[in-house]
Amino acid sequence: MKLSSFLLIILITFNFTNLNSEENNDKIKNKISKNIRCLICQGQSVYDSQSDFAVSIKLIIDKKLNEGLNENEIYDFLKKQYGEWISYDPEFNKKTFILWILPILLFVIGGAIILRKFIVQKL
Amino acid sequence: MKNKIILSVLVLFFTFCFIVLYKGLNNSNIYVPETKIEKTLIKFNSTDLYSENKISSDQIFVGSEYYVLNIWASWCVPCRAEHPKLIKLSENKSIKLIGLNYRDNPKNAKKFINEFGDPYFMIIKDNQGIISVDLGAIGVPETFIIDKDKKIIKRFLGSLTEKSLNEINLITK
Amino acid sequence: MLAHQIGYYSLILGFFFSILIIPVSIKNFSNKNKVINNKVFSISFFQFFFVLVSFSGLILSFVNSDFGNETVFNNSHTTKPLLYKISGTWGNHEGSLLLWLLVLTLFIFIFLIKSNSQPKKYRILTLLFQQVIIIGFFLFLLKTSNPFNYFFPVPKEGLGLNPILQDPALAIHPPILYLGYVGSSIIFSSSLAAVVEKHISNVWAKHIKFWIFVSWIFLTFGIMLGSIWAYYELGWGGFWFWDPVENVSLMPWFCLTALLHCILVLEKKSMLSSWTIILSIATFMLSMSGTFLVRSGILNSVHTFANDPERGIFILIFLFILILFSLVIFFVFHKENDQKIVKINWLSKEASILFNNWFLMYFLSVVLIGTVYPIFLEVLSSKKISVGPPFYYKLIIPFLIPFLFFMSIGPNLNWIKSEIKKIKIQIVLSFAVSLLISFVILNQIGFVGLINSILILVTFYLFFITIKDFFLKKFKNYSQIFSHFGFSLLILSILFNSILSSEKIINLKVGEEFSFREETIIFESIESIKNKNYKSIVGNFKIKDKQNNFLQLKPELRIYNQPVMITSEADIKTTLYYDKFLVMNLVKDYEYFNVRYQVKPFMIWIWISTVILVIGGFLSLFQRSYEK
Repeated sequence: MKLSSFLLIILITFNFTNLNSEENNDKIKNKISKNIRCLICQGQSVYDSQSDFAVSIKLIIDKKLNEGLNENEIYDFLKKQYGEWISYDPEFNKKTFILWILPILLFVIGGAIILRKFIVQKL
Repeated sequence: MKNKIILSVLVLFFTFCFIVLYKGLNNSNIYVPETKIEKTLIKFNSTDLYSENKISSDQIFVGSEYYVLNIWASWCVPCRAEHPKLIKLSENKSIKLIGLNYRDNPKNAKKFINEFGDPYFMIIKDNQGIISVDLGAIGVPETFIIDKDKKIIKRFLGSLTEKSLNEINLITK
Repeated sequence: MLAHQIGYYSLILGFFFSILIIPVSIKNFSNKNKVINNKVFSISFFQFFFVLVSFSGLILSFVNSDFGNETVFNNSHTTKPLLYKISGTWGNHEGSLLLWLLVLTLFIFIFLIKSNSQPKKYRILTLLFQQVIIIGFFLFLLKTSNPFNYFFPVPKEGLGLNPILQDPALAIHPPILYLGYVGSSIIFSSSLAAVVEKHISNVWAKHIKFWIFVSWIFLTFGIMLGSIWAYYELGWGGFWFWDPVENVSLMPWFCLTALLHCILVLEKKSMLSSWTIILSIATFMLSMSGTFLVRSGILNSVHTFANDPERGIFILIFLFILILFSLVIFFVFHKENDQKIVKINWLSKEASILFNNWFLMYFLSVVLIGTVYPIFLEVLSSKKISVGPPFYYKLIIPFLIPFLFFMSIGPNLNWIKSEIKKIKIQIVLSFAVSLLISFVILNQIGFVGLINSILILVTFYLFFITIKDFFLKKFKNYSQIFSHFGFSLLILSILFNSILSSEKIINLKVGEEFSFREETIIFESIESIKNKNYKSIVGNFKIKDKQNNFLQLKPELRIYNQPVMITSEADIKTTLYYDKFLVMNLVKDYEYFNVRYQVKPFMIWIWISTVILVIGGFLSLFQRSYEK
């Protein structure tokens, strides 16, 4: 118990001593703009793009952060405005569950084949 | 026997992939956001291009049945081609044509209007492009039809055409 | 004009020889001679020779700026430096396909010369299968993308090459990458031939290993060059964007890496033969799918290529014919003897290689599904989504942990079986050392999340284990030690680079300054310089650190005239510890610039470690003796 609270304190202090709040804000802003796709130059993220649209989106992100919205609320706002396409992080829903599940399913199947076919069970 | 089943399953699978990819080739790979209609305008504040007075969306969208909001900028080449259409549209008296000047230098914007004429009832500024994002716009030019309840009822991406002008006139009749 | 004519007719001659090989080698296949007829060699040589002449003809047309040639007209300009005139030859669709063809014909010729210890029938079958691919490419080239279209009147000036493609790393990136892709075609043909001839054995494994390693070396190096180009030229400070075009080169890489581990088991223990064949087929199919996805324009990418649906359909049909063809051959000819399956002890080298394949296949499936899922979703339900970096991070990073762990332990296990008790104390000790080191480091930089912390720990483990192996192991497999060491260094550099990078984006006028961390960045002046094919605006920046040391950085904006385009060139100051990256962009209608300053630790180590990884692969080509 003592040890865990001690560890917790260490973690918290680490988290906050490292960055001042302005830099922290910049970090979140950059992170969000990296995960948002630019509608004008469609191969790039808003972070990487210099188009007018991307610049506006960056300003919007800034504004929303100052209004007190958190990261997810900002994604939701942008998705509401422009559709799910704008986010590089696809949601988990009935259209995308195959995307998320299939690789893991293949991993499990692969593991099962390896175990059944090749590995000697007893040590 | 077992091999044959696996083979036919694989062949079916790859045929399926082939058909999907073949169809995918004909789709455009450019994403255009859906036109969301029946969406109510978010409140915003702006300034008038000429008078520099602060003005809120509530003050802009009053006293008319329909409003046409046109996003433009002096640096935008297609806007130049679109401008005569807007001048023609300004003859329609049942609408208020509002210009939203997108990320522009006011000096250049005024020069543009002097040169090509002013179809707008009012021009408001969107220096940072934030109002446009609130509207769900992606760039210039772009045009929205808004009704008296401040609902977006139609949206045109890119330059207005003769056809879209007719459509606007039909809706706002 | 002359070069153009010669190029065109040699291409047709080359096509003629590629068809001529077929009847000649079939005749040779069924006769009783033990050796391949010299005729086959010479025809194969002529096939290569004429494609080479044709390619040289195209290069000459580029060098002489013969704008009557449509490809030259579309992609070159008289004011371009010579290097980029030459690299412009393969910087476009038609020329790059001709390069594919050149490498295809070269590789099959080398294969014929080099494989004389192998059975005749197997060699001829490989040649025949390879000819199917070569003829396919000939048809594709002549039918949909002829690099030798001539038109009159001859224009005075060309359209120019996209400025962001004018970069030394990109000049050699496509040829290197193609050597990797095409190498995998040899593996494909030879494994099918070996299936038909029942030649899948440790002898075959030993022989094909050369091609696997050669392709792997070129593919790895090619991917690295592309990444270097993205870092220096695209001006965003990133080096990997999980863009479809990048993913497409990564997919055959996963497959090939799995194959080069798997082939060792086949060579040593004559096991996993079916799996080896499946991997051999899959590697080339993935290379081909890559060409399809990139060239057809079905995907939306930063790296825009000129595209044309007709070409897409051709490659798609060709790709599926090859897939069906190889499926039929595999199922008809390959008979796996079920009784012969030997079970593997879980604590053995074989098992660890199986685990390696298991994880690599998982990574492959993540990248493959992530890349093509949007296409499938759109066709089946007309909904558009984007799959980007967050998806790949979420599914790949957690699985890297066990992967790296097996990678550390695996090479220290014996073939067949190892005893737990006999596992050396050094392995445990290395773990303790890495635990200590990562704890100290995490203490220094702060908590970085649970997964990252464990990842740092296991990567250090691999790092120390390979160092230990280098000095202490009795049977040194330098190839494996180098490449595993390189890989651990690569993951470490990427990890610390992404965790410790810091940046500031700011709008700045000339004469202004800003402070960042403990440095002050001063925007002193701008100057304008005229160059041969572009005008540049150079910003003079000074960076002052706490000890008042100055560093000068000069990012640049280039305004190219042909085609008209503005690019920003970052200025990067590289040291062993970090890169300082400064780039500026124009802001329309304002007198200030958008300035982006980044400090990226250990950036150079990402390239160094990849080079070590490649050297590891290279060493295996000379390695004769193996550990027991």
